Amino acid sequence: MNLQRIGVLVLRYVFIYRRSFIRLIEILFWPTMALLVWGFVASFIQRAGEGDLPRFISFLIGAMIFWDILFRAQQGISLSFLEDVWARNLLNIFCAPVRLSEYVLATFLFGLMRVGLTLAFLTILAWVLYHFNLFSLGFALIPFIANLLALGCTVGIVTIAIVLRYGHGAEPFAWALPFLLQPFSAVFYPVSVLPEAMQVVSWALPSTYVFEGMREVIRSGAIPWENLGWAVGLNLIYLVVAVWLLMHTFAVARNRGLLGKWGMQ
Amino acid sequence: MKRNRSRQSHQIVAMALSPVGRGAPSTCYNPAPLLSCSAMRPTTKTILHVHELTKVFNGVTAVDHLNFSIDRGEIVGILGANGAGKTTTLQMILGLIRPTSGRIEIFGQEIEQHRIEILRRMNFSSVGVNLPANLLVSQNLWVFAKLYGVKQARRRIDELLALLEIAHLRDVRTGRLSSGELSRVNLCKALLNRPELLLLDEPTASLDPDMADKVRKILRHVQQEDGVAMLYTSHNMRDIEEICDRVLFMHNGRLIAEGTPQQIVERFHTRSLEEVFIRVARSGEVVVGGGEA
Repeated sequence: MNLQRIGVLVLRYVFIYRRSFIRLIEILFWPTMALLVWGFVASFIQRAGEGDLPRFISFLIGAMIFWDILFRAQQGISLSFLEDVWARNLLNIFCAPVRLSEYVLATFLFGLMRVGLTLAFLTILAWVLYHFNLFSLGFALIPFIANLLALGCTVGIVTIAIVLRYGHGAEPFAWALPFLLQPFSAVFYPVSVLPEAMQVVSWALPSTYVFEGMREVIRSGAIPWENLGWAVGLNLIYLVVAVWLLMHTFAVARNRGLLGKWGMQ
Repeated sequence: MKRNRSRQSHQIVAMALSPVGRGAPSTCYNPAPLLSCSAMRPTTKTILHVHELTKVFNGVTAVDHLNFSIDRGEIVGILGANGAGKTTTLQMILGLIRPTSGRIEIFGQEIEQHRIEILRRMNFSSVGVNLPANLLVSQNLWVFAKLYGVKQARRRIDELLALLEIAHLRDVRTGRLSSGELSRVNLCKALLNRPELLLLDEPTASLDPDMADKVRKILRHVQQEDGVAMLYTSHNMRDIEEICDRVLFMHNGRLIAEGTPQQIVERFHTRSLEEVFIRVARSGEVVVGGGEA
């Protein structure tokens, strides 16, 4: 891998966003709206419960912020790829001396920058509006976030593979795929409320261990190491499978002449 | 792309025009002077060598046992009707499509094994490919200069912008350019790394006649100054006649004629390359009109 090429590709995305007010706003707009809606819903429910649910706001706002980390990491990769598709620039990249791995890594690094910006903004907003301190999760915050970033990266890579294989018609997957995971990931509720069959799927997702772990930290202050171990293990497996899928899809796209459809006719 | 049902007429045309390539024996089969024997074997000057290149998509043959070579500093045009296999050939040379069989050697190396090293020394421009619209022209060019490892990138960008007479567009958003301006910016991008091999897909398609003429002169200038070899597809016969040293005529995925534009015109007893193009596209007419070819 060539670090200079990766750096240039990252910088290119920075140029694109720096010159687009709409794109910059988009990074902050949706997470802010979600935080406002979920935060006020939680406040209302807590008030209606007359103090029986003291940690309800923390559960929901923590969940919302964590979900956004996963979602933004996935979007960082898939939207950066789609930027090149929409600009009809993908062939310029694929015909330049750039490895597929360098390209994907650059989209992930840019995704990290987007996540960092969103996370900082949401952390401040959650503190100001709801007195929710994300840092109260302590050391566990680091492995939780790392696991969500890894899963976001995995889903982002799968999204690229799907769009490469099925073309423009598959672009909605860039937004839909993370939400396919959401009900199973027990983001806003514990796994125990899911039907048993869904629980099996739920425990196969690394995100479930993170969200369950987050609630455990808020509830008891203890870091659930076993949960973290499962999340790391599953993430590694899924990441390897996603990378294999992308490489396989790229090979299929080359065999079937699908890459040329992104520009040369 | 060729359907098998067209094979019969294709074979007639191929026989009439003395095929170059398919099933060619180790000694070059060259019944006519315009069918270049040099295409069969690479020499020390050869920069691109295509050998028995074939691509089949789901049973449909898009490129059929194609053989040709390009020497350093040579401009070679690929002509053919839509679906003749030109773009598939270009995409295989760029490594975007994996051939079903055959070999592509660029700078003496196989593209499948040495893609990055080869791509660093070549470049391409296509009318269907753009640059991100909300970046400045200079930013887009800087990004690609860095990706290609160009030293003194800013100086090189200024040089090329001046050469293509678009220095005034340096700090303009790419999305605000006219299609003609965009074509020239794409050409700038294609020349950034001083490529030894340049693949051009309809480079003058969006240009007015004046600018198309200037671009052709610039390409000639670049060829003479830097010894750049070019593989050039165009439906503009004037482009081909003016700029190409040699023309490869493709029909239904196969190379059916090869020579200088003048040789090909004479061969088909026509007045212009455009007439040849129309007659080859309507393959039956070739047999009737140029049967002895």
